[in-house]
Amino acid sequence: MTSTDVVLVVLWVGVTAYAILGGADFGAGVWDLLAGRAEAGRRPRDLIDRAITPVWEANHTWLIFDLVVLWTAFSPAFAAVMSTLFVPLCFAALGIVLRGAGFAFRHVSERLEAQRAFGAAFAVASVLTPFFMGTVVGAVASGRVTPTTGADQAWSSWTGPLPLLVGVMFVITSAYVAAVFLVHEAGHRGDAELERYFRVRALATGAVAGVVAIAGVIVLHADARYVYDGLVGKALPLVILSAVCGIAAFVLLLREVRFARGVAVLAVAAVVWAWGVAQNPYLLPKTLTVDQAASSNDTMTALLVIFVAALLIIVPSLALLFVLSQRSALED
Amino acid sequence: MIAASTSNLLAAREQMAFTLAFHIPFACMGIAFPLMVLIANWLGVRGDADALRLAQRWSKVMAVTFAVGAVTGTVLSFELGLLWPGMMSRYGEVFGIPFGIEGIFFFTEAIFIAIYIYGWKRLSPKLHLLSAVPIVIAGIGGAFSVVTANAWMNQPGGFTQNASGKVTSVNTLDVLFNHATPYEVPHMLLAAYIVAGFLVSSVYAVGWLRGRRDRLHRLGFTIPFAVAAIATPIQLFVGDTAARAIAKDQPIKFAAMEYVQTTSTHVPEWIYGVYNGGKPKYGVSIPGFDSFLVGFSTDATVTGLDSVPASDQPGPKTLLHFSFDTMVFIGSGFMLLILWWLFVWWRRRALPKSPWFWRISSVCGGLAIIALWCGWIVTEVGRQPWIVYGKLRTADAVTHSGGIWITFAVVFVLYAALFVGTIVLLRAMARRWRAGEDVDQGVPYAPPPT
Ligand code: HDD
Ligand code: HEM
Ligand code: HEM
Repeated sequence: MTSTDVVLVVLWVGVTAYAILGGADFGAGVWDLLAGRAEAGRRPRDLIDRAITPVWEANHTWLIFDLVVLWTAFSPAFAAVMSTLFVPLCFAALGIVLRGAGFAFRHVSERLEAQRAFGAAFAVASVLTPFFMGTVVGAVASGRVTPTTGADQAWSSWTGPLPLLVGVMFVITSAYVAAVFLVHEAGHRGDAELERYFRVRALATGAVAGVVAIAGVIVLHADARYVYDGLVGKALPLVILSAVCGIAAFVLLLREVRFARGVAVLAVAAVVWAWGVAQNPYLLPKTLTVDQAASSNDTMTALLVIFVAALLIIVPSLALLFVLSQRSALED
Repeated sequence: MIAASTSNLLAAREQMAFTLAFHIPFACMGIAFPLMVLIANWLGVRGDADALRLAQRWSKVMAVTFAVGAVTGTVLSFELGLLWPGMMSRYGEVFGIPFGIEGIFFFTEAIFIAIYIYGWKRLSPKLHLLSAVPIVIAGIGGAFSVVTANAWMNQPGGFTQNASGKVTSVNTLDVLFNHATPYEVPHMLLAAYIVAGFLVSSVYAVGWLRGRRDRLHRLGFTIPFAVAAIATPIQLFVGDTAARAIAKDQPIKFAAMEYVQTTSTHVPEWIYGVYNGGKPKYGVSIPGFDSFLVGFSTDATVTGLDSVPASDQPGPKTLLHFSFDTMVFIGSGFMLLILWWLFVWWRRRALPKSPWFWRISSVCGGLAIIALWCGWIVTEVGRQPWIVYGKLRTADAVTHSGGIWITFAVVFVLYAALFVGTIVLLRAMARRWRAGEDVDQGVPYAPPPT
């Protein structure tokens, strides 16, 4: 393995982490949005709030991590994505501001109307951001971004069938992952009623995600042939793993909730990796390969040193935070 | 076509400048405020109940400003790519290294802020105090990394390129410790302590003027004011060093900010004054003093603007000069105020009584932010037309996407709302404190009130 390969793998770990943790965060916002009127939605909203408060910032740092690693290690790919997908990325950034500010301010404000307004910003942005992120992924996967595309494709690059489908897929998957996490969270707090509440939602979104995934295969075949061939070729084991885990998680949700979370996470992670493997050796199919985009060896080495340092510093700190927040969960 | 892209460039610059200008005071709070919280907490652990109460309150303010800093910072990382793809595709691999390091520090800071706020009720007082130390260190480390990235834009080094411009090798240490690092990083770090210090103390100065003069308020004024008072004299020294380094390394920036038209000796120092077709007007000029500042002798040669064509000069010279002078004036003014404070303390072991002291102190927070902005205008506008000094022109780095004026307008409205929201919430917090409700307030990283 060259240093480029290692950096690519770490980048993909970062993407996976953001897809799951960031996704769970956005999904929680989706459930917040759908929780109904103030009184009826109070208890689920409360659980959502408790679940994401300690981690909402940390979860989103993965995005920063992914951006910085992409621009440092594969600068031309980053520049191409940023100049071609200007519009959806602006919307995603807008969503991030609204979401972060809405969430933080809702906590601090005491007047009900203010809480509602901030809560609404938080919830709506939780739907929009993953959607636009999804269109970005779909645009890349379908080869609509190349080193020479730019402002002239500002709209056409992300409004094709696959980008839109992946956008929808992102929202549903986020909601699914969040619901599974919240089932677990409610169970952890011994709240059977909320456990049931989110279990129903997890099952429903899981089923919808499955249907959309099947539709996705058809669209992929028509719209993103290179990635499609990869998914049914070299990435097939991962696709199968994901499907098996998806079904297993469904069954587990019905019976033995305890293991459902891990299996559902595996299902999502397997898709992210399947996409990566299917695209390999391209960063932008089929116009820019990993090697063409890769930075010099020195930069890759510097990044590896940074990764190791990050691991040594951040993992223990995060562990401490999780222990503390779990302890608080037991207290109240 | 040309007109369209010029307007795009202008919009992109304005948006970048606006979002940075918004982010930077929050960044200062993120860098420097934790130290003040730590000091108050430390005094509290040693038995000072007022200090402990301050630490508790401040940690909540810290959570709010940190959250806004983080949100606006995320926008900046998008913008670097969205607005300046030409810079990222060519130099992303060099410029990205410090930002990679920054990631570690920001992550650590975010985690420990959450731990600290959770820890008020869940950790032993000593352990809890200890958990604030990583926040202070991470703030400094984060500032180092971002500012050294900016310093690299001013003094790019530590890499080689081939004929087509692709970077072929990178020397990480030379990137991280480039020629501008030694003055830019300390200057910005000190600025952060000055801004945060005066900002917090000015809140308590307003309180004093309104008659809130109990021990809690006096302490709330003194801790941050003292931090700023230590940083300011060092800052004047570092700023002076910076100016001399710029005269040497970025002579055109220096010439523009000091109105040096022709390379010569015995260059006068202009205090304010408007730049008008090569000649400053209306200002006060001190003969030979600019040469003296640069080389400690009026015989010292200073490079002039006319040593390069106009297309290689920054445009708005008056803006640069005004910004520079204003920064220096504000810094020097702070020094006088600090001397006043020290003098009274030396004579009476008390805070000054004169309302003028308090009136001035209550605007110092705003003045510090103005100095901060001025300094950044000198750095950034003074570097023009280069985005990476001598290597890449800003016009060649800007995106070709249209509609930047629209995104700028959206960002402007959004940030205005963010600003109003932040202020309203902080004031609501303060109101509750004054009403004596200290316990269990909602904060961004804290467990919900029970
Ligand atoms: C509270 C803030 C503050 C105060 C009191 C001062 N400065 Fe400053 N200055 C900054 C805040 C700042 C800054 C905003 O932080 C800058 C922008 C970039 C940087 O590294 O620091 C800066 C930049 C900056 C630069 C340009 C650096 C560059 O272009 O790379 C010079 C020459 C000075 N300063 C000089 C001074 C002098 C001579 C001062 C006082 C006598 C002074 N500054 C006080
Ligand atoms: C001199 C300029 C800057 C300084 C000193 C600075 C400092 C900081 C600090 C201390 C924070 C933590 C939040 C807080 O404490 O309020 C922060 C947040 C952030 N800044 Fe800046 N920043 C600067 C400019 C930039 C620029 C140009 C970028 C663009 C890439 C940037 C990106 C970020 C990001 C992404 C965050 C959020 C990190 C997180 O989520 O934890 N900053 N900045
Ligand atoms: C490490 C921190 C920073 C980085 C990496 C950075 C980067 C940039 C970039 C890429 C541009 C656009 C290109 C250009 O016009 O040169 C820019 C412009 C600008 N920035 Fe910075 N910046 C930083 C800090 C700041 C801060 C804190 C301010 C605060 C006021 C600021 C003020 C400006 C201004 C006024 C411009 C417009 C210059 C012009 O168009 O003439 N910068 N900066």
